[in-house]
Amino acid sequence: MTLGADLLTLTDEGLYCPQGGFHIDPTRPVERALITHGHADHARAGHGAVLASDETLKIMAVRYGEGFTGMRQRADAGETLDINGVLVSFHPAGHVLGSMQIRLERGATRVVVSGDYKRQADPTCAPFEPVACDVFITEATFGLPVFRHPEARDEIAKLLASLQTFAGRTHLVGAYALGKAQRVIAELRAAGYDRTIYLHGALEKLCRLYEAEGVDLGPLETVGRRSKELAGEVVLCPPGQLADRWARRFGDPVTAIASGWVRVRARARQRGAELPLVISDHADWDDLRATIKETGAGEVWVTHGAEEALVHWCRGEGLAARPLNLIGYGDDGEAELDAGAAIPDGVPAGETTERETMAGKAAGG
Amino acid sequence: MIRFARLLDRLSFEPRRSAKLALMREHFIETPDPERGLALAALTGGLSFRHAKPAMLRALVAERVDPHLFALSYDFVGDLSETIALIWPNGEGGDASPPALQEVVARLETARRGEVPALIAGWLDTLDETGRWALLKLVTGGLRVGVSARLAKTAVAGLGSLQPDDIEEVWHGLDPPYETLFAWALGTGERPRSDDPVPFRPPMLAHPAEDRDLDDFAPAEFAAEWKWDGIRVQAAAGYDGSGALRRRLYSRTGEDLSAAFPDLVAALDVEAVIDGELLVVIDGEVRSFNTLQQRLNRKSVTAKLMASHPAAIRAYDLLSLDGEDLRDLPFRDRRARLEDFVARLASPRIDLSPLVEVAGLEELAQARNAPETLHAGADAQAIEGLMLKRWASSYVPGRPKGQWFKWKRDPHRIDAVLMYAQRGHGKRSSFYSDYTFGVWREAGEAGEELVPVGKAYFGFTDEELAEIDRFVRQNTVNRFGPVREVRHDTEVGLVLEIAFEGLNRSTRHKSGVAMRFPRVARLRFDKPPAEADRIETLEALLPADERAPASLRKTRAG
Repeated sequence: MTLGADLLTLTDEGLYCPQGGFHIDPTRPVERALITHGHADHARAGHGAVLASDETLKIMAVRYGEGFTGMRQRADAGETLDINGVLVSFHPAGHVLGSMQIRLERGATRVVVSGDYKRQADPTCAPFEPVACDVFITEATFGLPVFRHPEARDEIAKLLASLQTFAGRTHLVGAYALGKAQRVIAELRAAGYDRTIYLHGALEKLCRLYEAEGVDLGPLETVGRRSKELAGEVVLCPPGQLADRWARRFGDPVTAIASGWVRVRARARQRGAELPLVISDHADWDDLRATIKETGAGEVWVTHGAEEALVHWCRGEGLAARPLNLIGYGDDGEAELDAGAAIPDGVPAGETTERETMAGKAAGG
Repeated sequence: MIRFARLLDRLSFEPRRSAKLALMREHFIETPDPERGLALAALTGGLSFRHAKPAMLRALVAERVDPHLFALSYDFVGDLSETIALIWPNGEGGDASPPALQEVVARLETARRGEVPALIAGWLDTLDETGRWALLKLVTGGLRVGVSARLAKTAVAGLGSLQPDDIEEVWHGLDPPYETLFAWALGTGERPRSDDPVPFRPPMLAHPAEDRDLDDFAPAEFAAEWKWDGIRVQAAAGYDGSGALRRRLYSRTGEDLSAAFPDLVAALDVEAVIDGELLVVIDGEVRSFNTLQQRLNRKSVTAKLMASHPAAIRAYDLLSLDGEDLRDLPFRDRRARLEDFVARLASPRIDLSPLVEVAGLEELAQARNAPETLHAGADAQAIEGLMLKRWASSYVPGRPKGQWFKWKRDPHRIDAVLMYAQRGHGKRSSFYSDYTFGVWREAGEAGEELVPVGKAYFGFTDEELAEIDRFVRQNTVNRFGPVREVRHDTEVGLVLEIAFEGLNRSTRHKSGVAMRFPRVARLRFDKPPAEADRIETLEALLPADERAPASLRKTRAG
């Protein structure tokens, strides 16, 4: 029996606090849910009651409609609530607007559920706040030592350089609708880019919500019926739209993808990125480790992502660690290790290309 | 090194030729000598240091990274150099600045084997992820960023108003870092003077013969030759300043193939430049392209391979003889000199490509599709069609109008069924534009099954592409990353008429055959998939020396 197991257990719906009678980020409808942030895999519709940050509640209302839950209660950062004898408080996680870690305390045990988090600066949300605890339940989306995210501004510089080199082509940037899109816009603004940025319709509502919450995104317009006249402009869309028929309207765009995954070349290529921008809203390997140490926790539970490597590292550091193997997370466009990338057996691979490049035979003559 | 790394990084993700050229041009303009010249040398395969081996790199990283974490990471990333580049500890280099490309090249050229690991580790310590990735590509050889030597030279030519062939002509007399070449290309220097006794001479190329080219075809004005299914080469020998005969074998694009064909190079013991076809000839018979392929793309060659796959040149033009440039002469005169030269040489390695003596266009048309009827004998299967050369044509580099024509034999055609479709790149990234197709074969108790026989990604119009794309999206039964499996059974499926130039045995493919230049000739929405062709139809088209079933197929047939 581990320390934190008094406070939290694992159920089919996800993490559950029996004493408090609530779930955290449940993957199915439950009576009472505490929600860390608004990404669809953490914040689902149909709960009896939801306790979350004001921004998260608003995001859920935008996504699911006002009736997304029976009752809603706003949790302010740092404020302590007593729920059936469990002391609960929310603390900024730095992941997206309104994202929070959730701290639980009962008796001598303090548990922090990180939700998704990052440590890099992000002009669109409050920074991560380290919270001392005994048990730290951490995400591990990028829990491999090959993931060390570069500075977002350096990645944005690549995009700006490409706009110079290929001034006549639309730069189509695939970015997840909640968080990544607004961060890319804000980083572009911070780098001095002041032209109108065009949005796929699916990004509009959340961008407007960010603006209403006081995040300045500069001039934005939806793409609407525009097509080739957006040559040389920046257009943002959900990553899935890059390969969709929608993208054809731009003629010959430069396809960029803003994601931590495009650090790995094969993955960037597989997603069709010609301009991979390694911009992630999750902690990288170095920040995962630094954060674990900072919390002072003696016990670490590793949830979704690359649990094995992080658990291995924790044990090497003398920390009790276990993988939680939570299922159901990973729909936020970034948190997913996309499966099934293999090409089926027996599919011939590019026989003709090899022949064509060989000694320039193809053009013959 | 940092600029070079950035260039490689961008090139590796860029599918468009024009964009690759733009990126290289930008690099060559913004980067000073000698860094840009060394980048050019790296892109054209012109750097000559000893390459680092994977085992050495593994040992380096093992000293720095927990082996279990490395194994998990390597498993995830899938590429050794890239894993090392990403996992290497940051900031170990202290205040040391990253090396210039010049330093890397110079040190590796002179380093003793035992010094190399420490050199590489020291550089890795000062570089970031992209820099480390580029360095590891460089030191292990083979950049694989989708840029051919020719494309890199084309980018240099594009710095000013030169043509790629202008670069080729002086290329082999130059060495990295090519300072005089850049000065010339940018218009700030003279054409580099070449002491090379055997420069590459850009070849004269033929236009594909269209029907209208042949409308007013006057047979008396043209020589006809077979079009051989090998590799176009230029075999050159000339005396250098010290009186030694230097010899070189060039590909059609000016790549130096000499090291892979010492047997042929040795046969060139007269000062001359021959234009001809590289073939493998055994017992007087030309072997299939597949056989020749085994001698291509090699840096060197073993005695065993030279004995089992003897190379020969079938000569069809003579550009220079005894120091005299013949290129301004009409083809008729060059041909006469060539015939005389080949006879005098009397080498078993170099023979004459015969003229096809026929009276009129109709006979030519027949010869094109049935060379065996015109004394081509056993070599008929190595013939791709005809070459028609104007008797009066002088030898002009490039593709001058109305002089030479290639008149290929009609392609083979089969009806195949679309099985998998993959999204394209660049402009086609939202279209399913790369198609894997199959034909029917016996599958024991299971009855009939489709077996993939090839992949095609051109031949269709934009409208047809949209139609196929729609079919793929509506009939997807499985997704594998960017690949979709579409429904393909006897009832539902899309029949594609595939045109192709030839067929070879292949152990890489489940079907045991590989097509050459397959392309989509027509969409057959009208045809039920059950009526598509069978594997036996294809097997009958294999060259005689390849009809024995490949081992892979044998095991599956039972």
